[in-house]
Amino acid sequence: MGAQIRVYRQKISSTTSMRKIFKAMELIATSRIGKARARVAASLPYANAITRAVSAVATQSEIDHPLTTEPEQIRRAAVLVITSDRGLAGSYSASVLKQAEGLTELLHAEGKEVKAYLIGRKAQAYFDFRSRPYARVWTGGTDAPEFETAQEVGTALLEDFATSFEEGGVDEIHVVYTRFKSMVTQEPLVIRLLPLEVVEQEAGSESELLPLYEFEPETEQVLDALLPRYIESRIFAAMLQAAASELAARQRAMKSAGDNATDLIKKYTRLRNTARQAEITQELSEIVAGADALAS
Amino acid sequence: MAELEVEIVAADHFVWSGAAKMVKARTSDGEIGILPGHSPLLAIMAEGELAIQPVSGDRISVAVDGGFFSVDNNRVVIVADNAQLGEAATAGIR
Repeated sequence: MGAQIRVYRQKISSTTSMRKIFKAMELIATSRIGKARARVAASLPYANAITRAVSAVATQSEIDHPLTTEPEQIRRAAVLVITSDRGLAGSYSASVLKQAEGLTELLHAEGKEVKAYLIGRKAQAYFDFRSRPYARVWTGGTDAPEFETAQEVGTALLEDFATSFEEGGVDEIHVVYTRFKSMVTQEPLVIRLLPLEVVEQEAGSESELLPLYEFEPETEQVLDALLPRYIESRIFAAMLQAAASELAARQRAMKSAGDNATDLIKKYTRLRNTARQAEITQELSEIVAGADALAS
Repeated sequence: MAELEVEIVAADHFVWSGAAKMVKARTSDGEIGILPGHSPLLAIMAEGELAIQPVSGDRISVAVDGGFFSVDNNRVVIVADNAQLGEAATAGIR
């Protein structure tokens, strides 16, 4: 009988210490979300300025730039998958990978080859476990992405984009990441990065019209300089959104883990009390029975 | 006299904004000075120093690694890859 109480006690103490870890991780994630969201907000002015500039160049000139023209035949597509480095974030990485898997299937069905680029150790582990090839992987710092990483990713992707199919290049680039909608909803999303879809804006109100810019040095060179920056800023924005989503997902996962731990502790405490009471009752009845036997 | 509305942004943060009388920048072709009323322009910046003469206070210099800037309606948006505010810059921040 005493053995059972001991087992329950051990379970209670181990669950209690696990709950402490969950609580701590929840608090850390909560405190970092604010920072991650602030970084998303801080990157907005740059992204807006660059988007405006790109659309200004694109709408004013007859552009015939390799980055914006659709190749006649798309034979190989690059897929950039943005996941996390660490787990304990619920289904965060799993849902991004599922989305990527769906996209890969779709591209295969269209007769395109897929070349994978990964961000985050979770994606790497996923691909390694299934021994699938991937072109490049970047790990470390997914919960606080650096602009340098985004630049590296952008450069690598653009290099492959500039290479011809025969030499292992790609004809289009997709990005799979998680968009941070709010603290409770984050959705995995696929965007096509390249070739760029230059959206011709409807001429709306007068103030909305972009002025006729002069370009210095030349329109071509301006576009040459702008587009890689635009791509980098899009990738960076995706990474920041993914980081915020990762932290939010981790916070939620840790909160429910902590709640479950509390429930378990409650359950085990009840069981322990029952076991202890049963032991006492049995001891009592043994004593009473012994006394009765002596008295008679 | 009209003023220029200047905004400097770097990739991951906001650098400076304020009213200015003149902006001087280095483009890939050479130096360019922008005064209020400049025609719309979109130019690529070369690595070097940017000089801004605010409406009040001392001249601000910003070291940039490259980037571009746009001018329209007396609004100057400087998009730098990496911008570092020089000395005496804090005076103009509002």
